Amino acid sequence: MIASNLDMAQLLPIFLPLVWAAILALAVFLYVLLGGYDLGLGVLFPIAPSDRDRDAMMASVSPFWDGNETWLVLGGGGLLAAFPLAYATMLPALYIPIFLMLMGLILRGVAFEFRFKSSTYRWGWDLAFAGGSIVAALMQGVIIGAFVRGFTVENNQFAGGPFDWLSPFSIVTAVAVLSGYVLLSAGWLIMKPTRHCANGPMALRATRLIAVAVFIVAFSVWTPLLHPEIADRWFSPGNMVMFSPVPLLTAAAVIGLWRGIAKRQRFAPFLWGILIFMLCYTGLAVSLFPYIIPPDITIWEAAAAPKSQLFMLYGAIPLLPIILGYTAYSYYVLWDATEHDTYH
Amino acid sequence: MFSELDPLLLSRIQFAFTISFHIIFPSFTIGLAAWLVVLEALWLKTGKQIYADISRHWIKIFAISFGMGVVSGVVMSYEFGTNWSELSRRGGNVIGPLLSYEVLTAFFLEAGFLGIMLFGRERVPKAVHFFATCMVALGTAISAFWILSANSWMQTPQGFTVDSEGVLHVADWWQVIFNPSFPYRFTHMVIAAYLTTAFVVGGVGAWYILRDRCVPHGRVMLGMALSLIVWLAPLQLVIGDMHGLNTLEHQPAKIAALEAHWETGSSVPLILFAWPDPEAETNHYEVAIPHLGSLILTHSWDGEIKGLKSFAPEDRPNPIIPFFAFRIMVGIGFLMIALGITGAVLWLMGRLYTTRWYLHAMAWSFPIGFIAVLAGWFVAEVGRQPWVVYNVLRTADAVSPVPGGSVLTTLLLFFVVYGIIFGAGIYYIAQLVRRGPGETPPVPGAGEGDPSRRPMAAGGAP
Ligand code: HDD
Ligand code: HEM
Ligand code: HEM
Repeated sequence: MIASNLDMAQLLPIFLPLVWAAILALAVFLYVLLGGYDLGLGVLFPIAPSDRDRDAMMASVSPFWDGNETWLVLGGGGLLAAFPLAYATMLPALYIPIFLMLMGLILRGVAFEFRFKSSTYRWGWDLAFAGGSIVAALMQGVIIGAFVRGFTVENNQFAGGPFDWLSPFSIVTAVAVLSGYVLLSAGWLIMKPTRHCANGPMALRATRLIAVAVFIVAFSVWTPLLHPEIADRWFSPGNMVMFSPVPLLTAAAVIGLWRGIAKRQRFAPFLWGILIFMLCYTGLAVSLFPYIIPPDITIWEAAAAPKSQLFMLYGAIPLLPIILGYTAYSYYVLWDATEHDTYH
Repeated sequence: MFSELDPLLLSRIQFAFTISFHIIFPSFTIGLAAWLVVLEALWLKTGKQIYADISRHWIKIFAISFGMGVVSGVVMSYEFGTNWSELSRRGGNVIGPLLSYEVLTAFFLEAGFLGIMLFGRERVPKAVHFFATCMVALGTAISAFWILSANSWMQTPQGFTVDSEGVLHVADWWQVIFNPSFPYRFTHMVIAAYLTTAFVVGGVGAWYILRDRCVPHGRVMLGMALSLIVWLAPLQLVIGDMHGLNTLEHQPAKIAALEAHWETGSSVPLILFAWPDPEAETNHYEVAIPHLGSLILTHSWDGEIKGLKSFAPEDRPNPIIPFFAFRIMVGIGFLMIALGITGAVLWLMGRLYTTRWYLHAMAWSFPIGFIAVLAGWFVAEVGRQPWVVYNVLRTADAVSPVPGGSVLTTLLLFFVVYGIIFGAGIYYIAQLVRRGPGETPPVPGAGEGDPSRRPMAAGGAP
């Protein structure tokens, strides 16, 4: 009994950070998917052919945006709880992009309500929805880029300047994320039962797809160049073989997506889009692991006390499946919600 | 160029501004969600159309407020890192899990069922819709539980140890969550939210009656609001008194500040009005009732109360804001009791709906709950200074290493963005209130000139 307790005491600090890294990675990934199609709609908003299309686009996501955004809140809150040191280092470093993202989310969030209330200033809320979504998406991309490049850390504190996050690389990732979101939301619109606005996005699909592919390539080539450690990882002979499926599968998914669109399949574009995101995300995780502030702080160094991580895990294990369950139920019930399903 | 700007002061202003903006919406949505549950239950039970009409109408107001609560809340959960990173680094082991539990147990619940509550009326059975409404209301209450636990722990911390690097570790979760001020703060805040909502609903009801519009609906609103106010307002006084006694035990400096007591003494007076002067360590223009301070705070005629001077100057809060904010809150508390009792008496006399001066008084009282809530939070938070975790971590040591210029920029941006959305939100809510529940609304906003658009199924069963 005593011996096994000792083992637990030694194992927990190794094991818990891995579990929490996985849970947070899942939360952020779900946000990227759900928030992604959601923000992407805002990006597509200005190029929708008519006001009716905009009504339909917005109605397709009105019941879900709050839930989608909650994954972002879990990402933030979970990071504070599970890896306080990472939260406390990263957020000051990303001060400006985080607040710009939040302002964007505020403006687009209230537009869901206000747009339907206003007739004279409706264009203003259209603008807020589109502008807010674009800014939020770009800032999320900037944040990813800055995160991959790493931050200046001294004495467990951020020690860099207010604009360290801005670099050619983070601009590339910003555009990559924006185009990725557009891809997802185009897939979403094609898939939704009320398809009367599907033609607009369909027409734009080719250019967008090319843009996405180009940026993914730019991103994945640039990342290893920036960090010798990552380059070593990818290009060491053993790992080349192990990781080679990721870029290969991505190429396959891009082809699948292309064919799905060409054949006007209903679900294929969205699903292939998800797969592409999943692969990019895996590639990123593989490149960064086990660093949470690359290249300085690992998940074990940043981890909260085992007692705190364990306390949360007791709740997270039963609650996450329940949350996924009722979220799925809500999507099921409101799947074909249109602009006619309104309480306004 | 911005090097002289003090990031600490600016971060404090920004936090105070953004949280004050945020708390306005929970104060309303916590109460409104619960009221919508009651209305829907009444409708399911009695089948009376009037309850359905009222609930359909207020659900729109709820949706606007809820949306604004969500967007301003998301900001809060990031500000702990952007502006208070040292608090996060050193206190993350304690407050992090509390906030995460709020996300897992409350925010997902609200968000997951909000869609069905707002858009699902015609898609799910009535019982499921009712269940969804209940879950949203439950979510708001659970949310208050966790966030107030976190805040109360920062006010009256216990159940932790501090390691050699100044990082806090939890020793006992039960002690952390149910810390000494939590029961009082939670009850006081939930009742505050119900009272706030009741005054909005009652005020709108009174206004309909005065305007002779939607009178049956107005009566139901005023009646329901009053039956809540008449017992919650006195209860709030009792809880507030207990809350104050608890604060006296754990944060005596805060009590000294909100009472503007400088000298320690027995049989201290109750200061009704004064201008506290921290420089001279005294009050100007003081109006006071002898002994009453001791009586209220210690429940004895000459109990001893510590004055501000018994605390080192660097450990004292500045008394000006707590002193005035406290008087505003308590003043409103008594006003609420008076309005509640007067209304009850008129009701018993059968004259509630015809006494115009009373209806006017109620109609004008719609914002007093919000004012009291903000005042109360200013007492609690400014009175806690200079500590962010009381007696453990100073606010000055909690701030992030960000330049003042960054904070000033975001603060100004918040002024602009919140100004716009607050103005618009109030305007659209006022528009909805003016339109009233009794009349079939012209299809609001969207769809002008679009014949395919079905008018909202206002007449039909919900
Ligand atoms: C007494 C209750 C209370 C208090 C003191 C606070 N909140 Fe709040 N918050 C709520 C009660 C609430 C709520 C009732 O759950 C809200 C308000 C309206 C709403 O939409 O949900 C909400 C929304 C809300 C959201 C959005 C949830 C979502 O995505 O659905 C976040 C992230 C926060 N809050 C975070 C905070 C933080 C970090 C606070 C403190 C600094 C805070 N809130 C104070
Ligand atoms: C978990 C919940 C909360 C935490 C962790 C928290 C934390 C803080 C912190 C770090 C500050 C900065 C210190 C300072 O400004 O002096 C502060 C100030 C303040 N907070 Fe809170 N707070 C919480 C909840 C609230 C709520 C719900 C309100 C409601 C309005 C509120 C109102 C204020 C105000 C008005 C100030 C300004 C005080 C001042 O300028 O001195 N707080 N709080
Ligand atoms: C009627 C007499 C009242 C008394 C004696 C009273 C007492 C108090 C005290 C002593 C505090 C500060 C506690 C602390 O921070 O340690 C407080 C805070 C507060 N009060 Fe009151 N209060 C009263 C009425 C009200 C009313 C009518 C409302 C709102 C409708 C309200 C809302 C609040 C809020 C939101 C806070 C901050 C959160 C908290 O600390 O609970 N109060 N009250």
